[in-house]
Amino acid sequence: MIEIQNVHKSFGALQVLKGINLTVAKGEVLTVIGGSGSGKSTLLTCINGLEQIDSGRILVDGVEVHAKSTDLNKLREKIGIVFQQWNAFPHLTVLENVMLAQIKVLKRSKSDAEAEAVRQLNHVGLADKLKVYPSRLSGGQQQRMAIARALAMSPDYMLFDEVTSALDPQLVGEVLDTLRMLASEGMTMICVTHEMKFAREVSDRVAFFHKGVMAEIAAPEELFGAPKDPELQKFLAATH
Amino acid sequence: MFDTALTAKDLVFLAQGAGMTLFVTAISVFFGTIMGIIFGVIRYQIGPWWAAPLTFVLDVFRSIPLLIQLVLANAFVTTVLGLRVSGFTVACSVLSLYTAAYCSEIVRGGIEAVPPTLRRAARSLGMTWGQDMTYVVLPLATRVALPSWIGLALGVMKDSALVYIVQVVELLKSTQTLITRLQEPLFLLMICGLFYFLISFPIARFGGYLEKRWSND
Ligand SMILES: Nc1ncnc2c1ncn2[C@@H]1O[C@H](COP(=O)(O)OP(=O)(O)O)[C@@H](O)[C@H]1O
Ligand SMILES: [Mg+2]
Repeated sequence: MIEIQNVHKSFGALQVLKGINLTVAKGEVLTVIGGSGSGKSTLLTCINGLEQIDSGRILVDGVEVHAKSTDLNKLREKIGIVFQQWNAFPHLTVLENVMLAQIKVLKRSKSDAEAEAVRQLNHVGLADKLKVYPSRLSGGQQQRMAIARALAMSPDYMLFDEVTSALDPQLVGEVLDTLRMLASEGMTMICVTHEMKFAREVSDRVAFFHKGVMAEIAAPEELFGAPKDPELQKFLAATH
Repeated sequence: MFDTALTAKDLVFLAQGAGMTLFVTAISVFFGTIMGIIFGVIRYQIGPWWAAPLTFVLDVFRSIPLLIQLVLANAFVTTVLGLRVSGFTVACSVLSLYTAAYCSEIVRGGIEAVPPTLRRAARSLGMTWGQDMTYVVLPLATRVALPSWIGLALGVMKDSALVYIVQVVELLKSTQTLITRLQEPLFLLMICGLFYFLISFPIARFGGYLEKRWSND
């Protein structure tokens, strides 16, 4: 379970998160929508401790992320995150990309890591690209590789930050299909996305962020069907 | 042209000088690079403000002509400290620091060329700072830095000619000795140049080979 309790966060004078309260249960798929600059990415990077918070608490399975005593590297093993930018390690093949952290972080043997990497790459449809360098992959393939790389760590939670936003339109579908597959397998996920149709289909709940505040959160039928927050109404009108 | 007084023995003498040039260069580039990596990582990690004293010292090594550094270091070690240290040791130490000063600049630039988003992805996978450095940042920085580093190594090889000032007989000094004796400057300088070429060329080619191999295509 991920518990976010009254989290505040500023960059200098800019208040980016203004008291966020949110709980994501095991197995839940939460999508986060909202305008650019509303604090969505910042929230995700706070959850895995890449960013500090000013006040409040974030608990992952009861462990306080920003407590001094927390081993962040250990915590990050169970929180996978995939970003908007394609982050393949360019000097490693696709297979090696997916093996590296398994070997160095989880201390898996080379053969175990390879078996798991092959399994995950199969899963995301990259079985024929194992020995290829990332520069030879399309953006969609690179994103699927990044998803496989995160999944190979056997995470309990997956965070996705606009993973399709930097892709050519014709490549968006293949990545969303991968996310749908994960959702159907019961993975606990927080997906920041601009794909409203996708959000409507896969989410258990959808949260709308506006200027550092979570202005509305509800089941997709309700949030899209009968939005209450005026800013959300504007936002939805603008995206259609 | 071909009635030269140069004997086979003289050629061996030149080859020994070339060997010394190569030896001094290899030692200096080896230790200079290790120190350069350490200084470069430190400078990058602690930021320009905290690194200012280190940067200043390295800048001193970069801006004072090598000849002066060699003479001063030699005088300092032998006269002021009263140590019995060979010219060879002084030469290698000074050249190593000189190399380290340039190398740390190259390393810092290489590290800065690695996108922060890539490092964030590595850390997100649970990698420690050291693992990120070792398996992601330094391999990528190496690729960026390689051409400059090869240039540095070749430059140090040529600059090593100056170590004659602390009584190390390397290639250029050997050549000058022969010129004084045989009075055939042009011919001897040509041979000297040929020797420099012979030891530089493989290094340059090796750099080209690595660059090609690392281009991942
Ligand atoms: N590292 C940072 N330093 C300063 N400002 C930042 C930083 N990261 C994000 N911001 C700012 O915080 C605000 C929220 O950013 P972000 O969380 O990326 O929004 P979103 O993902 O919803 O578009 C933006 O105004 C952005 O410019
Ligand atoms: Mg964002």
